[in-house]
Amino acid sequence: MTSPTIPIRPESQKSGAFEYICTRKDELIGWARKFSLFPYPFVTACCGMEFMSVSATPYDTDRFGAALPRFTPRQSDLLMVVGTITHKQAPVLLKVWEQMCEPKWVLAFGVCATSGGFYNNYAAVQGIDRIVPVDVYVPGCPPRPEMVIDGIMKLQEKIAGQQHLIVNDRF
Amino acid sequence: MDSKLPNPIRPAFTRNERDDTTIVNIGPSHPATHGTIQIVAELDGERILRADVHCGYLHRGFEKECEAHTWHNLIPYVDRLNYCSALINNFAYCETVERLMGIEVTPRTKYLRTLLAEYSRVADHLTCVAAALMELGAMTAFLYLVMLRDYIYEHLADLTGARLTYSYGRIGGLARDLPDGWLKRLEEILVEYEEFVGRVHGLVDRNRIFIDRMRNVACLSTADAINWGYTGPILRSTGVPRDLRKDTPYLAYAELDFEVPTGIKGDNYDRYYVRMREMDESVHMIRQLVDLLHEKGGGPLNVDDRRCVLPDKTLVYGEIESLINHFKLVMEGPQVPAGDIYVAHEGANGELGFYIVSTGGGTPYKVHCRAPSFVHMGGAHKMLEGHQLADIVPTFGSINMIGGECDR
Amino acid sequence: MSALFDRIREALAPKLGESSVEHGTLVLRIEPQALLGVVGALKDQFRFDLFSDVTAVDWLGREPRFEVVWHFYSTMHRLRVRIKARVAEAEPVVDTLTGMYGAAHYMERECHEMYGIVFRGNPDLRPILLYEGFEGHPLRKDYPKEREQPLVPYRAGFEMPGGE
Repeated sequence: MTSPTIPIRPESQKSGAFEYICTRKDELIGWARKFSLFPYPFVTACCGMEFMSVSATPYDTDRFGAALPRFTPRQSDLLMVVGTITHKQAPVLLKVWEQMCEPKWVLAFGVCATSGGFYNNYAAVQGIDRIVPVDVYVPGCPPRPEMVIDGIMKLQEKIAGQQHLIVNDRF
Repeated sequence: MDSKLPNPIRPAFTRNERDDTTIVNIGPSHPATHGTIQIVAELDGERILRADVHCGYLHRGFEKECEAHTWHNLIPYVDRLNYCSALINNFAYCETVERLMGIEVTPRTKYLRTLLAEYSRVADHLTCVAAALMELGAMTAFLYLVMLRDYIYEHLADLTGARLTYSYGRIGGLARDLPDGWLKRLEEILVEYEEFVGRVHGLVDRNRIFIDRMRNVACLSTADAINWGYTGPILRSTGVPRDLRKDTPYLAYAELDFEVPTGIKGDNYDRYYVRMREMDESVHMIRQLVDLLHEKGGGPLNVDDRRCVLPDKTLVYGEIESLINHFKLVMEGPQVPAGDIYVAHEGANGELGFYIVSTGGGTPYKVHCRAPSFVHMGGAHKMLEGHQLADIVPTFGSINMIGGECDR
Repeated sequence: MSALFDRIREALAPKLGESSVEHGTLVLRIEPQALLGVVGALKDQFRFDLFSDVTAVDWLGREPRFEVVWHFYSTMHRLRVRIKARVAEAEPVVDTLTGMYGAAHYMERECHEMYGIVFRGNPDLRPILLYEGFEGHPLRKDYPKEREQPLVPYRAGFEMPGGE
């Protein structure tokens, strides 16, 4: 739903020129999308402090195009889930994710978002991938800003290699 | 996907008081409410008539987790309460357990803990002021203060190993001693502090827009503040110099010379200014403590008590008594005598108290944290009602609600 | 310090059970019915104006099961008082302090949802840290730590706990 992989088509449906144009188009759109990410910082806990550090000097995410946060899901394409998600917060997270338009990616920031962290109890969701599909997991409690930037770069590689369907389900 | 998601809260009011008012929902995923507070407000145009503040979106079960770990193992959980000034939480908890065990820490630990507590307080106030200013639109001030805060994080990472959640306090002392050159770098950072904070003062203090947005907004009287349980900078901004560091001195505060800054009328501007002045006082205290460390802070770091302090590694590998001591401390935890105690420190937000109940084992029976942010949220509606919707932003910024502490 | 504590113990003697001074704090043990009288005297007569905390301890296996603990601080005298009262599991009811201290609203809500202590007279005992639909009182000793009650169904591949 969120990260379409490139399907393997049977020989009869392949057309050389079309495939070539599709690939170039995917590279172009991928390049544009990966360098203009608009994160929605869904900040809850301690990782939010490291999010502030990574957005400010000297670790700047602006160099990667991922600086301008959009605090409305309608205008953002990267949902950064920063901090622990509790069961009380889970419907809110799901609602925000559903309100985002395609294409959208999810970055799980911190070990609490990745797997519940060391809160193995009645209150914390043991990993947001139980609720929303996740593209990149950045563990750490909290992760160093360099790790977050590494996560964003891995996400950018993923976006660059994806298939970007802009007209219909083939192109 | 289900189109109807369950509502985790039940608002206090769902029907309008009058025909021309609207009920809106603000949060919980909202930048102004720091991501974990939901406000259901009834508005008359832009003016808030009633506000119902909901917290709990970051309730992570701290108390229940503590009952399943040993007294030492739960120190990382304590860190993540007020994560902006994690060292203060560490030391408050450690002192609570030490008092119940009847342990008195060494002078070196006392001075170092005080120094690091004040350092953490500076980091917390920097975060609060930076976030408050950014939400008002002053990005430059935010970048200056966060740059300085980053220097502090890297410096503390040299000492403790982590930038944000240090787990540095230990029952009976500290995890490790200062590395070489740490105090020299501390002085450099304090000089940078004066430079950066001076610039922020110049940008913001007498700025027409800032004064218009913060002066006379969300005033709180002293009687109201004490009735609703406010402590810390918010209580001090109403004009009373109540500070646990002066009133009931703990650690090394009795030996230090510092003032308690107070405000005039308890509005947002006063809370901002009290925090800025408190940072200056903290820096003054840190400089005094560096001198005290050199003069009187020699000697061992950890108290020589085998009930809680891990023995030296060479002894652990060499003799059987230390090996067993180490084993028991790690597997069962320090044995704390039965009883209960409540110890309160002056956290960055106010009275941070730990109430622990022990039944004489290595794991606690109950660890309760009296969180200042939680109590402050109880009275937040008093500061919001009657003001405009846009005033929520500076008011919340000046209350400094830390989610980890509020919801625990 | 001990002079004030002695005066308090004398003045409130008929309403108190045991009282002691532990680690610098005056600890008063009372019956739940005596709460409002004792707290009123502490606030008006002895100027304990700051209500610090209310919480409870679950002594599973003992009767009465719960021990509700209140902490007060006096900004004038710089002293602390702890009040303890035991209530049974069958009727865990104590009076509310919301009439005297505004700070009691949120703290009593938290104590109620975590332990099930009913604060008679508190107008609003909605869950504050937990959510609507959460069953049980998690800080009781018989609530298993890992029992989750999700609000949102999990995605395919993850098992919902307890067939919720």
